[in-house]
Amino acid sequence: MKYYAEKISDKGTIAVDDTILVKGVTSAAGSRILEGFKPLFSAEAVTRLQAKGYEISGKTHVGEFGLDLVGEFSYYGEKEDLLKGAAACLVKEKSVKAALGVDMNGSTRRAAAISGVDFLKPTYGTVSRYGVISCAASGEQVGVYAQNAKGVKEIMEVIAGNDQKDGTSLKNDGYDYTIAENVKGKKVCIIKELMEKADEQTVARVKAFAEKLTRNGVIVEEISADFFGLANTAWQILMTAETCNNVSRYDGVKYGHRAEEYRNIDELYVNSRTEGFNFLTKAVILYGSDTLSKNRYDQCYGKSLKVRRIISEKFALITDKYDAVLTPVCSKCEYKAYDIKEAFNKVFDESIFTAVSNLTGTPALVSGGAQLMGKAFSESTLLSLADCVERMGE
Amino acid sequence: MNYEIVIGLETHVELDTKSKIFCSCGGHSSPKEANDCVCPACSGMPGMLPIMNKRVVELAVTAGLMLNCEISRYTTFDKKNYYYPDLPCAYQITQLNHPICRNGLVTVKTSSGSRDIRIKQIHMEEDAGKLVHDGKFSFVDFNRTSVPLIEIVTQPDFRSAEEVLAYLNKLKSMFRSGGISECEEGAMRCDVNISVRPEGSSEFGVRTEIKNMSSFEAIERAIRYEAQRHIDALEFETEELVQETRRFDDVSGKTMAMRNKETEADYRYFPDANLMPIIIDDEWLEQIKAAKPVEIDEKAEAYREAGISEKEIEMLIHNHKLCKLLDDVTSMGCEAKDVAVWILTDCAGVLRKDGKTLAELNVTAEKLAAIIKMVNAGTINRNAGKKILIAVVENDVDPVAYCKAQGLDKKFDQSAVEAVIERVIADNSRAVEDYKNGKEKAKQALFGACMKELRGAGDPAVIKELLEEKLRNC
Repeated sequence: MKYYAEKISDKGTIAVDDTILVKGVTSAAGSRILEGFKPLFSAEAVTRLQAKGYEISGKTHVGEFGLDLVGEFSYYGEKEDLLKGAAACLVKEKSVKAALGVDMNGSTRRAAAISGVDFLKPTYGTVSRYGVISCAASGEQVGVYAQNAKGVKEIMEVIAGNDQKDGTSLKNDGYDYTIAENVKGKKVCIIKELMEKADEQTVARVKAFAEKLTRNGVIVEEISADFFGLANTAWQILMTAETCNNVSRYDGVKYGHRAEEYRNIDELYVNSRTEGFNFLTKAVILYGSDTLSKNRYDQCYGKSLKVRRIISEKFALITDKYDAVLTPVCSKCEYKAYDIKEAFNKVFDESIFTAVSNLTGTPALVSGGAQLMGKAFSESTLLSLADCVERMGE
Repeated sequence: MNYEIVIGLETHVELDTKSKIFCSCGGHSSPKEANDCVCPACSGMPGMLPIMNKRVVELAVTAGLMLNCEISRYTTFDKKNYYYPDLPCAYQITQLNHPICRNGLVTVKTSSGSRDIRIKQIHMEEDAGKLVHDGKFSFVDFNRTSVPLIEIVTQPDFRSAEEVLAYLNKLKSMFRSGGISECEEGAMRCDVNISVRPEGSSEFGVRTEIKNMSSFEAIERAIRYEAQRHIDALEFETEELVQETRRFDDVSGKTMAMRNKETEADYRYFPDANLMPIIIDDEWLEQIKAAKPVEIDEKAEAYREAGISEKEIEMLIHNHKLCKLLDDVTSMGCEAKDVAVWILTDCAGVLRKDGKTLAELNVTAEKLAAIIKMVNAGTINRNAGKKILIAVVENDVDPVAYCKAQGLDKKFDQSAVEAVIERVIADNSRAVEDYKNGKEKAKQALFGACMKELRGAGDPAVIKELLEEKLRNC
């Protein structure tokens, strides 16, 4: 029970992160500000799964608005229990077949890597964001935790495809998630600069993954690319700005937590939000407000939009040449409990591995503690590569 | 000292759509009771995404066409952040960087004459809800939240309250006839930007903005009060004017300060990632144009009365530069019907040869009028007039001087023309020989030689006839 914020059914086979709405079930995104909020509708991904006969087991703990490392800072859970990510742990211990999570700043991917399960952050616009407690609209995407690549494929085939309720949903009805038997001749590159950011154990894990790819006839080369730090900074600016804006609707007026003490509307806002948000969310709000302010917009938000375009081009140069980019997902193989006041900087540092996919809307697949990134709509290739490694066993 | 009042307007108009701008809740005429037309989207619940109402784009474009605006083919939405309980998301979706219409023009008539008011832009946005105060409590009604609005922003071109009212009345009748809005009480709201300056000065004075007035009477009273307050401040130093936002109190008839520049909110505008850019292609724009109801436009009506064809009116009416040129030339004593042909056929023809369009026309009214007058007076024929027009368009020459210098104004009687033709025939015996042997081309060469000799003067049809006659007889 320690992984569920709200249990729905013992027979359920799919867990859903608390950032994704299930009709009538409390959905609080791990935040006190949404305490007791029961949505009137389900997320499109949930509805599609239910329509195909999948039952939802419950809502899993997430760190407040998915802003932390792996889900450790939920208002409703114990951080010591959540250091490997709640949904990822449920998948790992096979109490569910798969889980849905929102990849916004890498927390889902890190949780998968630390727990040793698969997670796919799909191409932006392929899965509807309808029913997602949105933070960073321009880069967040519903993704799938599963035991392996085949499990990811099964769920993706159900949830992906155009949804008219989401203006950012692409117009295709479905996408290719075919897993190829043979990946011989595929080319994969390792980014030298990202390997240098990870500890020995993590590097060994990525190298082991590369080794298995090589044994399957995949050509693996190490290359140098210096833009991941810049991509991360740009994404943190866009992400904090968009989050600051999206959580501004939680004001204590309409639903969720309202402070008991207030004398006027301003105090109602300030007291409710002071009590409702954790330290990390507050840091993100302050950072995001600053980057959007009149005097700073051009050098922060405006510039990050330009950087986003440049990074997309630079990343495309690599993915045009290679079928996938193989990197660590985080700098370590496990996280220890730490104080929330350190969270903002910790997340910032760790997101260097994950930010480029959020910034450019490209897919990323976590498998065996390593990450495969590719160009838009290359999910089939990423799944095939992971699958061939997974078939070789431990 | 005499003072001039300078006013710019921001007018919000609620559009008559069936549903709201980003959800399928009923639009502004639907609700009966408080919170009748509210869904998770327009009440700011998490998980809901805005979906653009296509009809809003079409009505905004129609309004733009009526106000002679340029229609943006690429238009985007931005978020404007501020906290207020009637704004459920704590941000308003509006347009900052790529508004749907720009650079329009509308002419207003008052007892003191007519004035052109430039429209800076029209943008689409969502309305906010309403607060209902009842003693100790305040209630929120989200019926109006996300009702589509267009905001029409003018340049500071008004010089009196009378002009402002004439403009608002004109908007009202246009929007009613165009099916854009019924503009009933409350559906049309104005922010008035006002300053005064000594008559003749080109600098603007300190500007204040009076927010959110919906009755025309209030707008008029507010302008009169505020203008006098500014004048008193300048004339009698009653107070120091500061740039600020004010509100008009209907009971006292006075305006009161709300916030000044220093305490003004930073709205932290940024692009809305939930709404993809809207592309208005030729096909869609044509559809909107075709569906645009015939507006009761005084200008079009006046042109019709002046005998300008329907097709020409269509070409003119959405291009305020051309309309202005036509009006100005007409006011210099030419016939509107005639001027329309000169602009739309002759000027366009000259420009087309250089690969340009009428949008690039920069002939002054004076010069065009001079040419037309010379033709009408019979000083020159139409062909010579066209020649002068080319020189004016290409080299900006003075038409009368050019005409004299080129000898285009010589009166050519038939005998003078005949003399030229005879001389050409005499000088080109070989071509005459060829013509007699059946070469049609030779005749063309002879005609060309005549025209060259006559320097474009004389009626070509008459010259051709005379030439043929002479050739037959020689």
